[in-house]
Amino acid sequence: MSSNLTAAGFPTQALTGEMLELDEDDDLEVFSKDVTLTDGSSVSASLPTSPSSMTNQYRFEEESDARDIFVTVDNPESHVTALETFITYRVVTKTTRSDFDSCEYEVRRRYQDFLWLRDRLEETHPTLIVHPLPEKFVMKGMVERFNNDFIETRRKALHKFLCRIAEHSILSCNADFKIFLTAQAWELTSHKKQGPGLLSRMGDTVRAVAASVRGVKNRPEEFVAMQEYVDTFSQRMGSLDKVTQRIFKEMKEYLDDLKQYGPTYVLWSGSEEELVEPLKGVAGCIDKCCQATEEQLSQMSDNLVPLLHEYVLCSDTIKAVLRRRDNIQTEYEAKYDILVNKQADREALTETEDLSIMLGRLLGKVPEEARQQQEQRLHGQIEELKGEVEKLEDKVECANSALKGDWERWQSKMRGDVKAGFVSTAQKNIDYHEKCLAVWESFLTSVNADQSVEKSAGLNS
Amino acid sequence: MADSGGPEAAQLSSNDPKGELGDVIPEEARSLLRKMEISVAEAEKRTGKNAVNMLETYTVYLIETRRVDSSAENQNFSPDSLWRRYSEFELLRNYLLVTYPFVIVPPLPEKRAEFVWHKLSADNMDPDFVERRRIGLENFLLRVASHPILSNDKIFYDFLTEENGWKEEVMETGFQPKLFILADSRLKALNATFRVKNPDKRFTELKHYSDELQSVTSQLLRVRARVADRLYGVYKVHGNYGRVFSEWSAIEREMGDGLQSAGHHMDAYAASIDDILEEEENYADQLKEYLFYAEALKAVCRKHELLQYELETAAQDLMSKKQQREELASGTVRTFSLKGMTSKLFGQETPEQREAKMRVLEEQIQEGEELLQEKKTECDEYVRNAWSDMERFTVQKDRDLREAMISYAVMQISMCKKGIQVWTNAKECFSKM
Repeated sequence: MSSNLTAAGFPTQALTGEMLELDEDDDLEVFSKDVTLTDGSSVSASLPTSPSSMTNQYRFEEESDARDIFVTVDNPESHVTALETFITYRVVTKTTRSDFDSCEYEVRRRYQDFLWLRDRLEETHPTLIVHPLPEKFVMKGMVERFNNDFIETRRKALHKFLCRIAEHSILSCNADFKIFLTAQAWELTSHKKQGPGLLSRMGDTVRAVAASVRGVKNRPEEFVAMQEYVDTFSQRMGSLDKVTQRIFKEMKEYLDDLKQYGPTYVLWSGSEEELVEPLKGVAGCIDKCCQATEEQLSQMSDNLVPLLHEYVLCSDTIKAVLRRRDNIQTEYEAKYDILVNKQADREALTETEDLSIMLGRLLGKVPEEARQQQEQRLHGQIEELKGEVEKLEDKVECANSALKGDWERWQSKMRGDVKAGFVSTAQKNIDYHEKCLAVWESFLTSVNADQSVEKSAGLNS
Repeated sequence: MADSGGPEAAQLSSNDPKGELGDVIPEEARSLLRKMEISVAEAEKRTGKNAVNMLETYTVYLIETRRVDSSAENQNFSPDSLWRRYSEFELLRNYLLVTYPFVIVPPLPEKRAEFVWHKLSADNMDPDFVERRRIGLENFLLRVASHPILSNDKIFYDFLTEENGWKEEVMETGFQPKLFILADSRLKALNATFRVKNPDKRFTELKHYSDELQSVTSQLLRVRARVADRLYGVYKVHGNYGRVFSEWSAIEREMGDGLQSAGHHMDAYAASIDDILEEEENYADQLKEYLFYAEALKAVCRKHELLQYELETAAQDLMSKKQQREELASGTVRTFSLKGMTSKLFGQETPEQREAKMRVLEEQIQEGEELLQEKKTECDEYVRNAWSDMERFTVQKDRDLREAMISYAVMQISMCKKGIQVWTNAKECFSKM
């Protein structure tokens, strides 16, 4: 599986530090100028475990502004089998990375495959923010399951998902990601089956539940703030999503009535003589405004709605990440408590005489030996625990700094997306009103032209 | 609205000695408006006891008139004014309907608010409704004052100038019984037995047109009100963006200001629809005027039908009398009559009796001829007058509705421009985030 990661995630920490800084440079080029750099890395340089990742690191230092892997998702195709109908998407990868055998790959993947990839990424990097996938089913939405708009919206979301992975300095190096991009269908299927067994995953889940029941003791301030932010952010996104859907609904109803309005003017023109031109003119304007409204509606459902949806899902993702981080900390705290208890036991043993040893003395047993045995046993346990506690402590630190770094990254991407999305929405609204404006202005021009023609005709006659 | 009349017209006519504006303002129309400016300046609520001694609240309108002397440079005559309520306007209009049946009498603004889109109040006491009614009443007076025939009517002049005693004056004209005849003609029109044998083709077409006009304008008003309702919804929901942006800005550092100010623009967008739709009500009122005009057109057609019917009846009566005379003279009974039967049964008449009968018949025929002539003249004159007013009306209608549609387009343009402005501002706020 992933060669970059040991149990404690130790080497990842080093890579995190270096790569995130470089990644920030990438971001600086594309997005806002005031992205704060990650504060994380007060980590001493450590040896990366594999030569290839070392090469990667060096390459990043040289080409800090260039991205070396590009992924696109396109060309949805429908497949019909005896059992089901499903859609596959073409995933094209272009890369100059040395750990890829070729520089171009083309595979077909279905939604399930994306789901699998995301699950694997989250398992491997529990405290990184992995971009969400579009929802499995769209409920009482504005689109039906297999119509073209739905497929196109999903395709765009899948494309964005893969791009975000490809842009992420850590996630893009993930082995499952590479297999996803490059493996043939049968290879992927067999690889999927090799995943961590059901039992070990169950074990993870049990631990997670136990940890969340216990609760974390001292959540660091910045994660408290993060939690508060995400809770509020999630509510706001939800509200915006609802408001936008409401606007869509109202506009649709407006359009339905507007479609009856124009024809009434045409009907009227049938009874008139002099007024035929202006009446038909008004009807024409209204019909053109109908068209503009249709276009506005479809672009709303193509752009703003999916964006807000996406960030509602993002909030859920971040909440899960925070929970997992908490669980990691809880695990460490639990182990630490056990260690402290054992150490207290040893203290007790050396300072005061154990009652049973006293009894043993009285009864003629050899107290010294028993005591020494117990002391040795405790000592062994304590040393082992110390090792485990240290590993868990590192795990917590890694998790925290990974999340901290990714948090800044996510925030800056979010701001970029939000800004672009709203600017585009505002522009589309401007375009809509400008279209309508042009329609009515040309009506005025033609009507006034008629009038002046009539006037001059009148004067001349 | 009534741009063939109004204070501007009075001033126009004073600047137009050669009468080049003659085709815009008919010669006779300048007579009343030359002398005075008319306006309905104010509306007030009053409380008083009505006919059955019950307390009621009603609205009165202030009619201001001011003498305009076209020759004088300084027009600082102080205005005269009096208060009238809606029912008095109705009285005036009914009088005009009866007195000038061939005229397409301008309609009054609606008594109750109809074709209301949901946010607009349907309450007669609502200030916006009262205001629009004030404008409608003023428009009515200006239309009457610019009509070549109606503007010369004394009762109308007194309506504008005599506060007291006008009601008695108009009652004394005895128009009310005639009003019943008009109403009766409406009933007759529905009656299947009332049928005109040789309808005037032009009037038949006019009747069809008035039906079509009525049906299409009411449909248009209905659809417009629905569209206005929907548009209101769209704009108002945008106000929610303002609220959410404002709340969201509290947790954002970099984007906070941008979101907050964009939110203000969304609030402004939501608020702008109120004025837009308020203005559009004026357009609706212009359409409503012609909806009601259609009814006036129908009344003219009905009156014509009535006259035509009376003419045909008179002609028929005369013809049957003449036939009777012939039979009496020749002795043959071609038509069945009770007299004929009884004479057969009970014996013939004496020559003296026949003589007497003949004389009576001749008298009746003479009367009949005169009546027929009268009716014919009445009908011809009616047709002539009605047709002339119809032509005047058509010119006015075409001009007014064209203007209305132009002003509607102007309103739409203004609405689009406001939209562009707001979203451009919002875009700028977003760009600065």
